[in-house]
Order: sequence, then structure tokens, then C-alpha cells
Amino acid sequence: MTTNLLPYTVKPHPITEMYSGKFGMWLFLASEVMLFGALFSAFILLKVTAPMEGAAAWPTHEEAHLSWKIGAFNTLVLILSSVTMVFAWAALKGGDLAKGKKYLAATLVLAIVFLVVKILMEYIPHINHGYVPSTSVFFGLYYTMTGLHGLHIVGGIVVIGYFLGPGAALYHENPEYYTNRIECTGLYWHFVDLVWIFLFPTIYLMN
Amino acid sequence: MSDDHHHAEMSYWRKYVFSIDHKVIGIQYAVTGLCFLFFGFCLMMLMRWQLAYPGREIPLIGKLLSESIAPGGVMLPEFYNALGAMHGTIMVFMGVVPIVVGGFGNYVMPLQIGAPDMAFPKLNMASYWVFFVGGVVMLISFFVPGGAANSGWTSYPPLSNIATAGQTAWLCGMVCLITSSLLGSVNFIVTIVHLRAKGLTMFRLPFFVWAQLVTSFLLLLAFPPLEAAGILQLMDRLADTSFFMPEGLVISGEIKQVAGGGSPLLWQHLFWFLAHPEVYVLILPGMGMVAEVIANNTRKPLWGYRAMVYSTIFLGFMSFIVWAHHMFMTGMGTNISAFFATTTMIISIPSVIILTALVISLYNGAIRFTVPMLFALAFLPMFAIGGLTGLPLGLPASDIHLHDTYYVIGHFHYVVAPGTIFAIFAGIYYWFPKATGRCMDVALGKLHFFLSFIFINIVFAPMFWQGLAGVSRRLYDQTVYAHGEAVQGLTIMSSWGAWLLGLAQVPFFINFFISIRWGKKVTDNPWDATTLEWSAPSPPPHGNFTVEPVVYRGPYEYSVPGADKDFFPQSAAAEA
Amino acid sequence: MTDGHTNLHKHTGLYLGIFALLVVGTIATVGASRVDLSHGLSVVVALLIAGVKASLVAAVFMHLKWEKAPALWLTLVLCGIFFAALLLLPMLAVQDLPPQVKIGTWG
Repeated sequence: MTTNLLPYTVKPHPITEMYSGKFGMWLFLASEVMLFGALFSAFILLKVTAPMEGAAAWPTHEEAHLSWKIGAFNTLVLILSSVTMVFAWAALKGGDLAKGKKYLAATLVLAIVFLVVKILMEYIPHINHGYVPSTSVFFGLYYTMTGLHGLHIVGGIVVIGYFLGPGAALYHENPEYYTNRIECTGLYWHFVDLVWIFLFPTIYLMN
Repeated sequence: MSDDHHHAEMSYWRKYVFSIDHKVIGIQYAVTGLCFLFFGFCLMMLMRWQLAYPGREIPLIGKLLSESIAPGGVMLPEFYNALGAMHGTIMVFMGVVPIVVGGFGNYVMPLQIGAPDMAFPKLNMASYWVFFVGGVVMLISFFVPGGAANSGWTSYPPLSNIATAGQTAWLCGMVCLITSSLLGSVNFIVTIVHLRAKGLTMFRLPFFVWAQLVTSFLLLLAFPPLEAAGILQLMDRLADTSFFMPEGLVISGEIKQVAGGGSPLLWQHLFWFLAHPEVYVLILPGMGMVAEVIANNTRKPLWGYRAMVYSTIFLGFMSFIVWAHHMFMTGMGTNISAFFATTTMIISIPSVIILTALVISLYNGAIRFTVPMLFALAFLPMFAIGGLTGLPLGLPASDIHLHDTYYVIGHFHYVVAPGTIFAIFAGIYYWFPKATGRCMDVALGKLHFFLSFIFINIVFAPMFWQGLAGVSRRLYDQTVYAHGEAVQGLTIMSSWGAWLLGLAQVPFFINFFISIRWGKKVTDNPWDATTLEWSAPSPPPHGNFTVEPVVYRGPYEYSVPGADKDFFPQSAAAEA
Repeated sequence: MTDGHTNLHKHTGLYLGIFALLVVGTIATVGASRVDLSHGLSVVVALLIAGVKASLVAAVFMHLKWEKAPALWLTLVLCGIFFAALLLLPMLAVQDLPPQVKIGTWG
């Protein structure tokens, strides 16, 4: 395969001090910053141009019907998943595949918990009460921003699931290559956590 | 080696369709892009009939068009709008960028840096196919009920929010095209930073590679906000949200029943945040190609190479903070307008530096008027006209009169059409021998050039006068206005120029296809060029270089004093 | 490979320590929102706490503390500048309107 010809797939390059996949992942994350940044920009612009009263006025904290407790719980779930993710990588770096897979599985479970809480305890009750994206600009932003973030979590679940399942065979072929891919997955996952760290106060705690 | 063994086993599909070889992918991008470019050009030739002869039946094609878009062979205003919106979208996102970045960037850049392939070959393949899917979605949109998107390539809400289904298809297509560009830009940056041959320092890179590097940063960081905006508009259209819908909007006498509280200006900010850097994506690779051709055909180094590199970097940076010069007429106050006008004036400086350096590069050169060189030479004054006519648009006071008129259309077409597209032709004639091992016919090439140059000016030059006369953009029939009727002669002139320009491409098509099969065979380096791609075989095999290249020299060692040859390839060892 | 990763046990403590700080930060975020501050100040405080938490994740979990490469930092700095421009300039644009057409609350 051509990949045999390509240098720096595992060895770090002198200029970036990283292997190619990691540099690529950081560049991708920079673009993701701009993606979510645009949504935050939309949030700011729509909030400051909202009229003070009337149908299109921005809801107060009570009117927004968002439970800060659920939001805070999910924040802690995601932070914990970042910890298990980095432990997974550290274990693999130390050559312990079993431990690494254990922590990857924990990350996966926590990710699923986040989504289940979000869907069962937030989205569905909201929809049942008639709070849908079209209800107001605030709810439109709420569903879109948390929804896009949620899609990123789903993406992470798919990738982690792959590396736990069929992808794990790569470890036996080339442990360093596999560990690097987990590192890159970790970078992506920490970024997803990072976005939530800003999303939580923005959406749940505005007054 | 194990690679050849693999190669022998590869099926037709793996080798030519789902290939991970950057050269195959580059050709796929270039050919697909050229097909879309031609299609977008055909859309425009159709529009120009309505513009020149409003309300008259379209000859030949009119009978073929369905009654829902052109009853009696006369195009409906809605269809005209769809042609306009799709012409812009297709030319920019499915034509030019895929050709200059996906095509030339993918094919030439790894060869010029001495790499065996891109850093992420499979991602490269994925990028092409996502682009292909996006393109297909855009084409299919012509056949959905209501036709293709018809709210301009800029898709401003509230109009685009309430537009027919084609707009939704446009948004979905854009998401694919944007994703393709993002994946590609990651690939380009990592490849250029990581996979350069030994001895190829950043300041020994051909200017073409620098142009691609900066372009990739623009694509990486500027596209995501448009993707976000696209998602928001999809939500508005499909989930009835009000991101871009203000309160109490009245449409056809009825108040639209949405929550309201949104801002149409939000779309404009997010759209132009991309779309301004996008225009530099359109021009920079073209400048790169022109620079390569000029250095090669003057037999001397580029003048001001470092200045050009620093200017390109500065240009790329500034391009992110000028966007609202497209929004001077939206009611922004004087302070913020002054900010954007200032940054816009500043950004013209690096453009001028690059153009000046290219012009000075000609001085004292032993100019060879090869076909690529003709296009590269023409690029210079054409880009100058395009750039200079942009200045009144960047100043709010003059923009009041010129915004949304034909002056704008003239301005940007001069930069993209006799600008970038001429650069594309220069690139095709120049690198065709590398990709095929044969050269294109010179006589047909010169015919193509002279006819195109004359007719392209006939199309676009009148537009400045029309704009100054007050003729608005996107008009189905400008003759309903007295000021439009007064300059209708210029419209007819532009239309005939466009149709003749279309005919002028026939020698190019003939030349291209005949030369692939029966073109004169050439050596690996028919142009006696210095950059690394010319030391690979023509066409290069899988893995590109038979011996791993080592670089000892800068990119343009032409006419080095005291040397017996008038050029040194970059990989020629230091001692002569 | 960089040296910092050879002794993993040392880093386990660090990771757990950061986790504790992040939990504290989350509590602080919620707590700060309950305090009755002016609108502007509460935004600043919330962003500050979020910024600190994000920096911890980026520095330790994403290993930025140990990455010295200029190419990476250049990308991140550029990204930060353009991100700031994207957030601020549209808002400034809709603020800089004549009073008759200006909508929204600016106080």
C-alpha cells in the first residue's frame, strides 16, 4: 500500500514534532472551532438583537425550561469521559491493550449515558411540552447547537466502537500506529468536551 | 517492491475509479471540474439570450425546454433566476475550485515537493467522491419541483428561506462540497509541511506550492461558518425555525407564521465570512500557476519571490477581516464600515505586490511565446483590470452607486474569467505533457488563445459601463427601465461575445482530446523547467519518483551566470 | 516520542487532579449563575470559568502543555484570531446602526 511509502505516519516530523495523523487532527479541530464559533456568533447576534418584549423576546431562565441540574450532570459525565479517554491512551502507550480497551469501553458508556440523558430527559420531555425548534429563536438555537454537538458525540461513539471492535486487530499488527489513532480519537473527544464546556453555561445558565 | 505486487493485482475499479493515487484523483477532479465548468458556461449562454432579446423564443433549445420553465420557448423569470443562481454556484464551487485546488493542487503539488503521494491518500479519495456527490445533488436540483435554487448564489434570506425545494437541494449540495474542501485542505497542509523532499526548505518551494498552502488555510478556517449557516437555513426551511426570519414578515400580503426574532443579516455575515476568503481561493492557485509558467518562459527567476510569498501570507490573513465590504448597503454604521473599508484597502496592497513582481519578472527575460505563456501574459493585465475595478467597490461612498449593478459583475468576472480561467488554461497547456507524455498542438492552442482573449473582453468590458449607467444585477429584463433600455446595445454585445467565446473553446476541446491519443510525444522535461515534477517520468508512475529526490537548489535557477545550460533542475547537485 | 509520556504513573495523578479541578469549575459555573450579577458581569464570569476549564482540558488532556511546535501554535493562534473576529465583528456591525433601526437591548 502507498502508506508504506509515506514517511511520518508514526514517526514525528521535526518541524511539527508530531506524526502526520495528529497534525491533521489538530487542523481539523481548528476548522471545528470555526464551525461551532459560527453558531456561538449566531447566538450572540440573535440574543443582542432580540426585542425586549413581545413574542420574539428572548426567554428568561424560567421560561427557557432547561434544568441546570441535568446540564451540570451531563457536563460531569463528559468531563469524566475525557478522563477515561486519556487513561485509555496512557494504558496503550504503556503496552497494556486490555486496560486500554477497558477505559475505551468506559468512555463509550459515558458517551451513551450523555446521549440517553439528553434525549430521554431533555429532548423528549421538551417536545412533549410543545417546545420544539420552531417555538422561538432560543429553542431553535438550543436544539441546533446541542444537536450538532450530539451528532459529534455520535461520531465519537462510532469511532471508539470501531476501535474497540474490528479496529482492535490493528494493535497486533502495529501497536504504535493503533495507539496513535486512539490519541487522535482522544484529541477529537476532548474537543467535543471542550465545546460542551462553553455550551453549558451559554445555553443553560443565561439569565 | 511490495507496492508493485499490489499494483499488479488492482482491479480496474481500484486503479482508475476508487484510486488513492493523487495523480488519478487530480485528473478526476480536473475532468469533473471542467465538465461542471462547461455546464455552468452553457447555463450562462442560455441566460444571455434572454438578456439580449428579452421575451423572445430561444432558438434551437427553446423547443426542448419543458413548459414549466420556458413556455413557448421563452424562459420564465423564475427559470432565469435559477440559471443565474446555479451558474454562480456551479462555476465557483463545482468548477474553478475543484480544478485549481482539487485538480492542479492534487496532481502537481506532491510532485513539486518530491513526495510519493499526499499525506492521507484515502482521505484524498474520500474528498473527491464527496465532491462528486455534492455536484450530482446540485445537478439533480434542476429536476425537483420548482426547479433549482433561484435566490442567487448568495442565497440571502428571507427570500431563500421561502424559496422552492431546489434551495434545500442547494444547501445539501453545499454541505457535501464544503466537507470535501475541508478534508482536502487538511490533506494539503499536512502534505506540504511534512512530505517535502530532503533539502526542500520552505523558501525553496515553488510559488505554486506556497499559493496552495495559503489557499488551504483559507478553505480550512473560512468554510465552516458557511456550513453552520447552511445548517441554520436548513432548520429554517425544514423545521420552521426563525434564525433568519424577522418578526412580522409579510409575504404576498400575509404575515408569515413563524416565531420571528431572527436576522437576515446573520446569514449575510456568515456567508460572506466564507465567501470573501473564497475569492482568494479562486485567485491564488491561479497566480501560482501563472508564476510557474512565467519563470519557465522568461528563462529567469521570479523577481521578488520572497515578497510574493510574504504578500500571499499577509493576503490570506487579511482576507478574513474584510468580508463586510459586501454589506456596505445593509445599513451598517460609519464606524464599522470604516473598519472594513480600511482593511479592504490594505488587502489590495499584497495583491498589487504580487502582480507587480510578476510583471517585473518579465523584464530582461528571454520570453518564449509558448501557448501557456500567452495565457499567463494575458492574465496580468486582465487581473489588473479586475483588481483595480474592485477599488471603488471597497469604498463605501462609491459602492453606494455601484453595489448590485453590472459593474460588480464586470469586476469579479475580470478576475475570475480572463483571470483564473486563463490561468487554468495556462496550467493545462503547461502540465499536459507531464500528465500524458504528449504535448498539445501549438496552432490550435494559439487559435484558442487569441479568440478567447478577444471575445472574453467583449463579454465583460461593457458591463462596467452598464453598471455605471445604473443597470442592476440579476434582472430578467433590463429594458423595462429607461436607463436599462438606453444601454441595451451593450447587453447585446456581451451576449454575442459570450456565444462566440463558447465557439472559441471548440479548438481547445479538439486539441485536448486529440492530443491525449495522437499528440506529439515529448521527453520528461519538454519545457526545460527547474521544478521537481519535471524530473519525474511523464506520466509519473505510482510512487512518482524512481529515485527519491534530493533538492540542492532554489525553484527558479534559470540563466545562472557561468553555467553551460540555461537552467538547473532543483535536484541537480550543487557542483556543476 | 516526547519524554513526558514515559512515566505514566506520574501522569495518572495529574489527570485525576485536573478532573477534580474541572468538577470544581463546573460547581463554580453553576454557583456563579445563582449570584445576582449584572448581565455583562455574569457573562464575563461564566466565560472566564469556562475558559479556565477549557484551558485545562487543552493543556493536559490534549497535551498542548508539552507541544512546542511553532506550526501547531501558529494554526491555533490564527484560529483564535479569526474565531474572535467571527464572534465580535457581526455583533459590532448590528450595534453600529442608527437608533431608529437598531433593535435589541444594549445596556
